[in-house]
Amino acid sequence: MIILLIYIVIFTAAFFVVRFGVRKFRQMKDFTSLKTVTFGDESAVRPDRWASVISVVTIFLLWGAFTGSKWVPIHAPGPFVGDAEFVYTLEAPDGSRDDATVFVKVFNVGEDVEPPEVEPGDGFAKNDASAVGAWRSDLILMDKNDEITRKDGAKVVAIDGQPVSAGETVSVAAGEVAVTSKGSLNFSPSGGMQMEPIWLPPPEDVVKRVGEIASEGYQNFTLWEHLYWSLFRVIVGFALGAAVGIPLGYAMGLSDWFRGWFDPIVEFMRPVPPLALIPLVIIWAGIGESGKIILLFLAALWIMTISARAGVSGVAISKVHAAYSLGASKWQLMRHVIVPNSLPEIFTGARVAMGVCWGTVVAAELVAAEKGAGMMIMVASRFQLTDIVIMGIILIGIIGYGIDILMRKAENWLVPWKGRI
Amino acid sequence: MSTLSIENISMRFDLPNGSHVQALQDVSLELNTGELMSVLGPSGCGKTTLLNILAGFLAPTEGQITLNGHKVTGPDAERGMVFQQGALFEWMSVRDNVSFGPRMAGKREKEWRGTVDHLLDVVGLQDFKEKAVYELSGGMQQRVALARCLANDPDVILMDEPLGALDALTREKMQGLVLKLWKETGKTIILITHSVEEALLLGERLLVMAPRPGRIHKEYRLPFADDGVGQDLREVKKNPEFGQRREEILSMIWDMEEEIMGRTEEADA
Repeated sequence: MIILLIYIVIFTAAFFVVRFGVRKFRQMKDFTSLKTVTFGDESAVRPDRWASVISVVTIFLLWGAFTGSKWVPIHAPGPFVGDAEFVYTLEAPDGSRDDATVFVKVFNVGEDVEPPEVEPGDGFAKNDASAVGAWRSDLILMDKNDEITRKDGAKVVAIDGQPVSAGETVSVAAGEVAVTSKGSLNFSPSGGMQMEPIWLPPPEDVVKRVGEIASEGYQNFTLWEHLYWSLFRVIVGFALGAAVGIPLGYAMGLSDWFRGWFDPIVEFMRPVPPLALIPLVIIWAGIGESGKIILLFLAALWIMTISARAGVSGVAISKVHAAYSLGASKWQLMRHVIVPNSLPEIFTGARVAMGVCWGTVVAAELVAAEKGAGMMIMVASRFQLTDIVIMGIILIGIIGYGIDILMRKAENWLVPWKGRI
Repeated sequence: MSTLSIENISMRFDLPNGSHVQALQDVSLELNTGELMSVLGPSGCGKTTLLNILAGFLAPTEGQITLNGHKVTGPDAERGMVFQQGALFEWMSVRDNVSFGPRMAGKREKEWRGTVDHLLDVVGLQDFKEKAVYELSGGMQQRVALARCLANDPDVILMDEPLGALDALTREKMQGLVLKLWKETGKTIILITHSVEEALLLGERLLVMAPRPGRIHKEYRLPFADDGVGQDLREVKKNPEFGQRREEILSMIWDMEEEIMGRTEEADA
């Protein structure tokens, strides 16, 4: 909740700073900047590059600040670490009371510490000592060394002078103390506002992991091998899907018989999410490469078929008529008119198919695989290796984005007339 | 000498609900080589259907069309077509569009290069030949379409409102170009238009069609196309006879339109 508020504050503050600060220094005078009506004119809404940069930086800053990263100068308050103490008041069955102090050493998990040595003190309640890791809690059986114990009917009635009974919790200087239903004390040092590394590691840990896994590997394969295998499956599966789907789509766009024969199949298979096919593919082909490639082939096939069919039906009839009137044969019409005219549609389909294939391969690897990006993060999550999981997610995102950018570049290069007809 | 003959063409479309539309009824026409005929008529009079039958895209339900003595059965390079919206191939340069016909006929570049360059010169696009067609303006695209059709050297050119999508100034320039090309090449041209003025200016013969069923209403022989070859088209339009003809045809078409409206109102009532 606090993070969301901070995020909104940064969003708003950055807006005003950029709008009224930075803009003053770099006034642009292109055509769009001279438009007075911009609200409602979609073409006048261009992404503000400042906002994009600040947006990405903000995410990393927040991530760093709330995980205690060394890369970020400002931090959210971290967990309490060090020596803490609190006083409990024990009441004997006869009504007499005595105070004793509990000394707790709060340490960073992973360090080796001993509970502090303490003097027992006087009275029937004796002082106790304990050690607890940051973000953890510790059950303190405070009466073990006391002269009158809970068995004798003694009970804790106050902590640091605040009255308390079983089941209640009170705040002390370095955290909280709860009295359990059985009467013992449970001390939780204050966790601060940072995330514990097992839930969200700081960015530098993730980056360190990239180096580590790139050189040493994880689950028998290096990072690059995991990513390579995922990409390899996508490319082979997509290539096979396109190699079958595009001709099939053309056939469906050009022939009654093909259209009639394959329409029910395509229309039925199209809404089936490829993920739903994973179990069947595993039964048929196992968890090896052939299973993955069959799955991706099926994922790409219907998309490519439908886009090729749409590409053929998208040919303006006047162009077909024009080509025939200029003496083209059926084959020439296909080669010089129908195929080029359907390329924009096919590229759109290919972009969608590549995205779907990338998502499907990761999902398939999550279910069962020997190697691959999805398998890497799935196995890491079983061991609570959150840094590997986050690294994997970021790399999967970057690769997916990269694929889309490459497809768009290829599209601009190969079908420059797209959208200009 | 008759080249294109349309013999008792009828075209009837059956509708799914059992009724039918008589798009054309008993249309007969003879066209000689080198004649330019414009076709005019209110919407629904079947002029585009007639053109599609001539091009070979549709088969008539009755009657037949012969060109130079043989029957028309499908589209062919002997009958070129110019469409309202260019129908150019965006993935080809201007030059590749214009040379499409010769290339499809399997001719080598040295066989067609001269013709294509000459045609690009005539339509004033020599400097644009390597450009992509989507970079050109509407008027330029239509000039490419004309050149592409002529490069294929057809016997008959069918034009389906080729200037309909252009602005008034470009349109006037293009009308001059069409006349010039017609005189230079001596092609037989059939031109469909919605503009009475254009039909009068360009048509050596002018056919007015009537709707429901589509049929030939009246035919004129006009001097203006020949006049227009020699002089400014605006001068031709100043001719009092031109104005008189225009009024005559306009009121004829208006009457037809009103008749249709009246009939629809009756049907509605």
